Amino acid sequence: MKFNRDGRRRIFNWVVSGLCFLCVVAALIPLLSIIYTAVINGGRVLSFNFLVAPLSFGFCTPGVSCYGGIGPALAATLIVVGIASGISVPTGVLAGIYLSEYGKNRLGRSISFFTDVMTGSPSIVVGLFVYAAFVYFEPRLAFSALSGSVALAVIMIPIVTRTTEEGLRLVPNALREGAYALGIPRYRAVVQIVLSTGRSVVITGVVLAVMRAAGEVAPLLLTAFWNNNGFTGINQPAGLLGPLIYMDAESPSPYLVAAAWGASLILILLMLGISLAARIALRKRFT
Amino acid sequence: MLRGARTPGRTFSSRLRRALDLGFMGLTLAVAVGILALLTAFVLVLIHGAQLSIARFGISLLGNPHWNPSANVLGLLPFIIGTLLTSAIALIIAVPLSIGIAVFLSELTPRWISEPFGYLVELLAAVPSVIFGVWGIFILIPFMRTTIDPALEKWNLSFNRLLHVNVPVFTGPILGSGVLTAGVILAIMIIPTISAISREALRAVPQQQREAALGLGATHWESTRISVLSYARIGIVGAVILGLGRAVGETMAVTMVIGNSNFIPRSLFDQGQTIASLIANDFLSEYSSPLAASAFIEAALVLLVITLAINVGARILVWRLVARGGGGGANEI
Repeated sequence: MKFNRDGRRRIFNWVVSGLCFLCVVAALIPLLSIIYTAVINGGRVLSFNFLVAPLSFGFCTPGVSCYGGIGPALAATLIVVGIASGISVPTGVLAGIYLSEYGKNRLGRSISFFTDVMTGSPSIVVGLFVYAAFVYFEPRLAFSALSGSVALAVIMIPIVTRTTEEGLRLVPNALREGAYALGIPRYRAVVQIVLSTGRSVVITGVVLAVMRAAGEVAPLLLTAFWNNNGFTGINQPAGLLGPLIYMDAESPSPYLVAAAWGASLILILLMLGISLAARIALRKRFT
Repeated sequence: MLRGARTPGRTFSSRLRRALDLGFMGLTLAVAVGILALLTAFVLVLIHGAQLSIARFGISLLGNPHWNPSANVLGLLPFIIGTLLTSAIALIIAVPLSIGIAVFLSELTPRWISEPFGYLVELLAAVPSVIFGVWGIFILIPFMRTTIDPALEKWNLSFNRLLHVNVPVFTGPILGSGVLTAGVILAIMIIPTISAISREALRAVPQQQREAALGLGATHWESTRISVLSYARIGIVGAVILGLGRAVGETMAVTMVIGNSNFIPRSLFDQGQTIASLIANDFLSEYSSPLAASAFIEAALVLLVITLAINVGARILVWRLVARGGGGGANEI
């Protein structure tokens, strides 16, 4: 009798373990399906030419690939995300330094908290905020590469800030104390010892923020808007990769749909590659 | 304050040093406070931009079921309902799956299995929203239309016949795109969030909790249920709320699969719109009317307030967990 009941409990244990394993499988099916379909559909159009050629308009022209390319959108993405990084990386790293090195008080904790909360605010709302701010201060630049960069920067700042803070917190206090014992001024201890020791986490945070920005669409629709020629000036609308995927995927032209898959594949490869690299870099450092 | 930076005498170099030290701290402080200012500006700019709409409609915008910008009829009710429905579907699907994943990865398997699987689940979070949208259009929508939706419809119809009722949940024309499909895609997108934070909550449970249950002869699952899950309850609730926050604000994937119909959905197969997808899909065609632009900004403000409230609540739960180094039920044990 007792043996039987134990047996039942053991079987139940296995059943639950099996169910939990099925949950993992259920979550991985969409991931594998996304990667598989992107490779199958995007692989057809992928070539070096696809990366540099001008955009297709959905019909075939003699002598040119029907799928066109994503050259202008890729260049515009690099430029706009570059400007956004130029704004957000120094801001985020300095704020992160404050939070980790000086901000062990009520102000620091509340800034950390609100930065965390800001990470959760929807990107479309950030887009509308930047749009509304530009309309208020400089309406002519509301739809421009500049407003697009600012929107992406607002999304990136909290990510960089929080990872910098967390990265620097991992640096052992003994290093700081050692530096002080040698009479090194605090600012130099922070920059040369703490920041350079926690470098890999800070870089990971920056990379994550850049990847997030490179795949953004919603805020860009309301700020950078769209431009068939990619980037034509900081005060002109700009056409980036994310919005290109959105518009091409919804178009009736099979060539544009194929181009959307090609661009998606490039984004996926970048994301997966970089998140894998970030993971390996982090593990080397901290485990 | 300047620990270790004190030097005797008031030489020029010591003053310079102190000035540099203070200057650097001041700089980082100014930037950190700047972030707080940015968040304040965020809210103020949206409130200012929504002035026109708030003055004209006030809060009644939220209860009005009609959206017709050309006639200056601007009600957000269909979109609020769309947001609630899609988020609810997402949670119903994602919460059990995510808890199962978290339990499997942190309780039931050795590290060499849980590490790669955990990493794969987290990869799902790295895929950009628009790519979920593309996948949704070409893979998920056809799959829902041919397989899932007909099965659910059959089930709903026989349920109605059996009980002589007319429940319109899985009924109406099957289009593939719609509220249900949007909920499914949201579920896939929030699984990594909920499962990762739930795993952290489970990891924060002291090892003695497990050992005590195992020592009394419990199986792994019994130990998890009795001593781990109840202990980590608050952390898991925080994880679910954070997932909800992500689902409510998610934009592109939903915009691409929900069908973009500005009416209250009549069933889960019907097309609809969430607040976020309304802004993404319609703002550019309507913003030239100042009143409509203002109504969009008021919609964004509503969305921001909802997500901020959700996030503040969740962070408080999760922070408490991290700060105490343990989950909820500590006082019950």
